[in-house]
Amino acid sequence: MSTMVESADVTSAGEPGWRTRFGWAITDTLTITRRNLLVWMRVPAYLVFTVIQPVMFVLLFRYVFGGAIHVAGNYVNFLMPGIIAQTAAFATFGTAIALAQELKKGVIDRLRSMPMARSAVLAGRLVADTGRMLVTILIIVGVGYAVGFRFSNGVVPAIAMVLLATVFGLAICCISAYTGLAIGDEESVQAFGLIWLFPLTFLSSAFVPIATMPGWLQAFANNQPVTYVIDTMRALALGGPVVPSLWKSLVWLAGIFVVFLPLAVRAYRRAS
Amino acid sequence: MSQVNGGTGRPAILVEGLTKSFGEVHALRGIDLSVPRGTVLGVLGPNGAGKTTAVRILTTLMRPDGGRAEVEGYDVVRDAAAVRRTIGLAGQSAAIQEELTGRENLEIIGRLYHLSWPRARSRATELLEQFGLSDAADRSAKNYSGGMQRRLDLAASLVGRPRVLFLDEPTTGLDPRSRLGMWDIIRSLAAGGTTLLLTTQYLDEADELADQIVVIDHGVVIAAGTAEELKGRVGGDVVEFTVPDRRRLADAVAAIAKIVEGDGEAGGQPHADPETGVIYIGVGGRGSDALIEAVRSLDGAGIETHDLRLRRPSLDDVFLALTGHAAEEEEEQPNRRRRGRRARRAEDAGAAS
Repeated sequence: MSTMVESADVTSAGEPGWRTRFGWAITDTLTITRRNLLVWMRVPAYLVFTVIQPVMFVLLFRYVFGGAIHVAGNYVNFLMPGIIAQTAAFATFGTAIALAQELKKGVIDRLRSMPMARSAVLAGRLVADTGRMLVTILIIVGVGYAVGFRFSNGVVPAIAMVLLATVFGLAICCISAYTGLAIGDEESVQAFGLIWLFPLTFLSSAFVPIATMPGWLQAFANNQPVTYVIDTMRALALGGPVVPSLWKSLVWLAGIFVVFLPLAVRAYRRAS
Repeated sequence: MSQVNGGTGRPAILVEGLTKSFGEVHALRGIDLSVPRGTVLGVLGPNGAGKTTAVRILTTLMRPDGGRAEVEGYDVVRDAAAVRRTIGLAGQSAAIQEELTGRENLEIIGRLYHLSWPRARSRATELLEQFGLSDAADRSAKNYSGGMQRRLDLAASLVGRPRVLFLDEPTTGLDPRSRLGMWDIIRSLAAGGTTLLLTTQYLDEADELADQIVVIDHGVVIAAGTAEELKGRVGGDVVEFTVPDRRRLADAVAAIAKIVEGDGEAGGQPHADPETGVIYIGVGGRGSDALIEAVRSLDGAGIETHDLRLRRPSLDDVFLALTGHAAEEEEEQPNRRRRGRRARRAEDAGAAS
């Protein structure tokens, strides 16, 4: 049975079983994840975008605008959950841009012509970007602590808040992945990201109490997912009723996954 | 399934009646190809001829509308996974991660071919050496020259030791020196027994590298043969010159036609462009003798000329000989403008890969 040695060569023909393919899907996803994280660490601009920018937002709202915004309690405590959610959402700019770049450069064509798991490119992208997002969120929490923010509802809710922010970011990541692959041009993707992400995060309860907005805007701000998520995060961080906004958040997030994950997968399959 | 692969008589690439349309644009209108194992096929054609579409279908990136295609006996639609285990692809741009080093790029590709870490590492080292990138191996690929990036890209397409390699315009955009370097590499791959399909816009490239050439235009194969056979259709080398005095164009055509009279091999007909005053004629393999005769004949007729020269036949000459229109000519497609953005997007999408 000396031929058995030959068949150990992965490039030899023959259909691998599902167990092997499942194993490959995992290792391929990890390989792509590792690659994406390496790239992220190599490009200073990515670090600036994902870390420095949210830090500047914290400082800006804490010390410049904050004095003019009146909320019940300390503004920095009101602000931080909002900033964290926004940070998670903005981090997905990178998702869209990276995929659009890879598409344009032919990297995705190369990967699609290889015998690797087809799911791995998107999965690895989402895993890497979620990891990146989590790191950023933790840094921002640290910065928040430095400027006076405090969790006042215990450790477990605090962890739940970070978790919810990450899941929220992952949901937005799916939308960004879809736009990146569907548009396929770095600059257009960036412009388009601004058009939908800015209004979505600013027209919410992130920075100011919604009650201070004009009525027509309140109608939007009160009923959009970012507000539900931020209200839940605030309740988790500072105390207060969690359940009403939590289930609305979860329904919204589930809806986003159900719609945009298949869309992103389809865009990847068709990508050319 | 490995049984399918057993017969050695089967061509490495077999394409029958392949069609593909993007909306109203018929990128491929029934293409047939057959590439024997271990040979190099050059697919020659202008931009938008359908070359890239054909490569994309053969590399499982795109499904055909009709017809069928096999690589190493595997159907590109039904056995796409098996096809992917046998092929390598290097597209028109360098599909590498510029932020990473050359070594990291190749190691990651190796891992995605499910090589163990040590094997992925040694394969990367091996390829870096083979492609003259050892010194730059640990530098970020962003700082590589265009030629180095393309070499790294080609190295990446070889990580899985493909039996069939697809190269889509491997030298487009390279400077002449890098181009020659790339030719050397491609020649050595072919010598190593890899079956190669390469697309190109340049006749000299196909001439240098390919055993067989097919010429594609508007999604159909308009000619097939060896480089010599194709050049025979043009009439070998070309004598070209400009007649500044347009009124003497007819005299010049008559004078130049004399130099190929009685030469069965060349048998070229002079082509005259009344707009520019450019006349050219195929002169077969007679080279500089034909040039000297041209000078004598034109001088004897008292015709003043500019830029009289002997040149190798170009893709344009082949096209003109085969189709009666130049390669880049657009006027034959009055509906191109009407086909509009969508059509061009489809072509660009093809070209961008």
